[in-house]
Amino acid sequence: MLTGVIEFRIDRHSGVSTYMQIVHQVRQAMRLGLLTSGDRLPSAREVVDATAVNPNTVLKAYRELEREGLVEGRRGLGTFVTKSLATEATAGDDAPLRRELGRWMGSAREGGLVVEDVDALYSAVRDEHYPAEERS
Amino acid sequence: MTPLTATAVGKRYRTRWAVRDCSFSLPEGKVVALLGANGAGKSTLLRMAAGLVRPTTGELSVFGTPLRGRIHPDVSFLAQNRPLYRDLTVRELVRVGAAMNDRWSADRVREVLALQAGVDHDAKVRTLSAGSVTQVAIAMALGRLPRLLLLDEPLADLDPLAREETLRIIMAEVADRGTTVVMSSHVLADLREVCDHMLLVDEGRVQVDGDVEEVLARHRVLVGPVTDESTVEGELVSATRTQRQSTLLLKDAGPAPEGWAGAEPDLDSLVMGYLRASRERRASAQRG
Repeated sequence: MLTGVIEFRIDRHSGVSTYMQIVHQVRQAMRLGLLTSGDRLPSAREVVDATAVNPNTVLKAYRELEREGLVEGRRGLGTFVTKSLATEATAGDDAPLRRELGRWMGSAREGGLVVEDVDALYSAVRDEHYPAEERS
Repeated sequence: MTPLTATAVGKRYRTRWAVRDCSFSLPEGKVVALLGANGAGKSTLLRMAAGLVRPTTGELSVFGTPLRGRIHPDVSFLAQNRPLYRDLTVRELVRVGAAMNDRWSADRVREVLALQAGVDHDAKVRTLSAGSVTQVAIAMALGRLPRLLLLDEPLADLDPLAREETLRIIMAEVADRGTTVVMSSHVLADLREVCDHMLLVDEGRVQVDGDVEEVLARHRVLVGPVTDESTVEGELVSATRTQRQSTLLLKDAGPAPEGWAGAEPDLDSLVMGYLRASRERRASAQRG
């Protein structure tokens, strides 16, 4: 069995709760294909050792993911990913949309844009294409 | 079973009430932040829960057993002044711990000490830095294999690295043994990321008691024109106002009225709001 598939990065100054950071990072890893069906999430104790967060918070985040049908707790064994969220459009470094975005990002950098400019542009265009109720 | 229950607990020192009419019941296996300004009554509450101080009124129970002026066997208490035998070495201290406690795990103490860099086991306690004394005291507290761990300002003397080490040890204790932890601090930043339950005391009274996420979800911060607060619904906790703008912290608020923007507060603004409110009450009481 594979362990240590992913590691959480907890940013204590982001203003986002630890609980939400864990939920987001699991979902993100699933979308990118870093976590796929059958993978075990790190145990609460492993997360405590790595980040010194409250184990109850880790378990709460896992319960939320379980409620969403993304993972499943197996008694005595741990919490396992039950499905794959990655699609051909998002997984892997050579997915076409990713390559296209990579080219765009390259031109932005060559054009002298800084990270804030890129983020602002990206979210402005995203918001044009995705109405507010589709975002979470 | 509830690890700690307070029923109308009060403590008077001469003419001053340090704790007044406190009632709460803590959930098992949680990390509870005991918050409040200096002198709010946090230490007195913890000392009473540890059985070191008898309440003037009311009663405290630990795991269903009313406290009768001595520490409950399932409780460990880290006092703010870290009382350890200063002339003993760390190694001798661990042996004394074994002699003084019915239930004691020297292995557990050694295991915890091994996780803390820079504690010399052959050094006399009096020669250790304040931070190392705290770390040794925490190791001794865990040696009693507590089910309820009471920590008075556990992170106060620690540098950032030692703080991270110590938090990791306490959180591992929660993960491995399901221990209920109550930690006091007047520095919110220390506890914000690790607590899941909060008990905010001020002037010896409980101001907020509950699961952190639930407490936050019950409150709103509304920002809007100072001239039109009449349309805002909810229980006003505190307010700051400029010439044009009001920022209101509300409990059980209605929807944000036209012209107002609402958001869930973060823990800092919630705690600040309650502390500001009680300071204002105090100031207006003094003005009489």
